This record gives sequence, structure tokens and C-alpha cells, in this order.
Amino acid sequence: MLDRHAEHFPGPIHQPPLVANVDAIQPGVHAEHAYHPRLQHHFDDMEQQVEASTLGMWVFLVTEIMFFGGLFMAYLVYRWASPTGFQEASNHLNVTWGAVNTAVLICSSLTMALGVRAAQTSAPARTQVGWIVATMVLGAAFLGVKVIEYTDKFTHHLVPGPNFVWEGQYPAAAEIFYSLYFCMTGLHALHMIIGLGIMTVIAIMAWRGQFDSTYYTPVEVSGLYWHFVDIVWIFLFPLLYLIGYHYH
Amino acid sequence: MSGHVAPKSLYYLIFLALMIGTGVTVLVAKFDLGPLNNIVMLSVACAKALLVILFFMHVRWSSRLTWVVAGSGFFWLLILFSITMSDYMSRGWVPGTLR
Repeated sequence: MLDRHAEHFPGPIHQPPLVANVDAIQPGVHAEHAYHPRLQHHFDDMEQQVEASTLGMWVFLVTEIMFFGGLFMAYLVYRWASPTGFQEASNHLNVTWGAVNTAVLICSSLTMALGVRAAQTSAPARTQVGWIVATMVLGAAFLGVKVIEYTDKFTHHLVPGPNFVWEGQYPAAAEIFYSLYFCMTGLHALHMIIGLGIMTVIAIMAWRGQFDSTYYTPVEVSGLYWHFVDIVWIFLFPLLYLIGYHYH
Repeated sequence: MSGHVAPKSLYYLIFLALMIGTGVTVLVAKFDLGPLNNIVMLSVACAKALLVILFFMHVRWSSRLTWVVAGSGFFWLLILFSITMSDYMSRGWVPGTLR
């Protein structure tokens, strides 16, 4: 192990030389030199490397939980302050579009999971890219529906600010509800857009055949991000769209 | 790499469960059940999130450390909610205090 570190230490790039076939190297004699070309010099082995990457992503996702958590907290406080006003305001969101988008995101999570699995099982690059592109198409469909919904809110004067018009009983609560609606779904949509950017990079990497059963950390870790964004929507949908549904 | 490869059928099963969960949430929301509406919608949402975390996000097969880190995020969220709401919900309980 020390050998390997010494060999590459002063090099500017910590990329070990390519080993054509790790398994072809005779076990025993040079076993300690048989490492994966993707192994960074500061890790002992691939297992430690993937463990560190996954853990790092989860730490980031915990900060994301708290990021969205602040908005959920605000929602909880204001809904506690005016529960009926929130129900009345929620009533004007389109449940069908919300439900369609929930289904679209769940589908995208499935294609994402299958994309990670394709990399895990050394499926051909075409298959891997196919699942990732399917995920991106579904993500784009989600954003498309969001555009339709936002346009509707703009035309119906439901965007908080000087042009906000509410004919119901609780205009103040409705304005707060729509502020939260735009903040929460807006931040979520921003995450979707970033997710699409990440998936573009991952699709290119997969197309170049960079992932197989021995190395697929980038797909795995980007998948974690994608699923997290799905989870946020799983909570946003009922809390924003469904609380006043039974008034219909 | 020693990542667990889950069978495709499991992913399809989780997908189906998530879709059914969504259907149940929408259906239940149509009826006025009082406070039960919120309980049902949040329980289903939590169950759905748990399925995604455990299976799609592979936590089911991840190290203990990943479990602790992922769990801590939600634990801290719970602290945020419970302490903040314990303030808001108890305001005015003691006569003469700030409301």
C-alpha cells in the first residue's frame, strides 16, 4: 500500500496508471499493486472510496433536509396561525396537475434506480444512457407542468405582491400561502433544473462507457440527489395541493 | 465495488407501492375526516419517503454510518419542528404572558 502512495505522491494528478485488466494480474506476487484505475491515491481500496463518496453525499443531503426544513417550518407556523385560510387558498391549486407531477416524479425515480442498476450490472452504455435520458425527459415533463401551473397563477393574480387578488374570506392567509407555495415549489424546481444539469453530465460519462460494476459512484451519488428531490415533492404535494380538496 | 444489486422486480414493486400511496392520498383528501385528513396524508407521505430512502436510495444495504447520518437529518428536522411548535402552540396558556 505504501508503495503505491510513494509512486504517485508528487504527481499533480492523483490518477493511478491504467491497468488494463485488474483480474489478469497474478494474485500473490504483485497483489498489492492490483488496484482499479479509478481508485484515488488517498483511499485504501474501492470499497473505502465508495463508502466515503456515499457518506459525503448523505451529509450534503442532510444539509438539504434542513434547507427545505426551514420552509416546511414556516409553512407549519403559518398554517397553525390560520388553518382555514390555508385550506381555502389551497383549494385553488390544480390537484390533477399536482397528482400528475407526483406520478411523473415517481416514474423518474424508478428510471433513475434502474439507471443506477444498469451501471451496477455493467449493462451496455446504450442501456445506461437510456435510463438516464428517460429520467431527464420525465424531469423536464415535471418542469413543463410547473410552467403551466405558474402561468395559471400569474393570469389569475395569485402571485403575492401588489397584483395579488383574493376574493375569498381570508386574503391575508391566502397571500402567505401563495408566498410559501412559490418559495417551496420554486426551490424544488430549482433543484430539478440542477438535477437535469447533473444528469446531462452523467449521461455523457455513461455514453463514454465510464461506468461498470467495478465503478459507478457518480451515477449512484447523483441518483441519491434525484431521489431526495423526489422525496421533497412527496411532502409538498399533499401539504400544498390537498389540504382543501374536500371543499370541492 | 461491493454495492448490493437489487432485483428489478423489487424496484417495480416499490414503484407500484408509491403509485398506490399517491392514489390513496388523493382519494382520502376528497373526504372531510377532520384532523384525520392530516394524519393520513402525512403517514402515507412518510411511508412513501421511507420506501424511496430504503430501496431506491439503497440505505437498506448501506453501512451503519450512512443510517446514522441519514437518520440524524430527520431527527434534527423533528427537533426544529417540535421545539418551535411547542412555543407557538403554548402561547397564551399562562395568563398575562405574551401571545
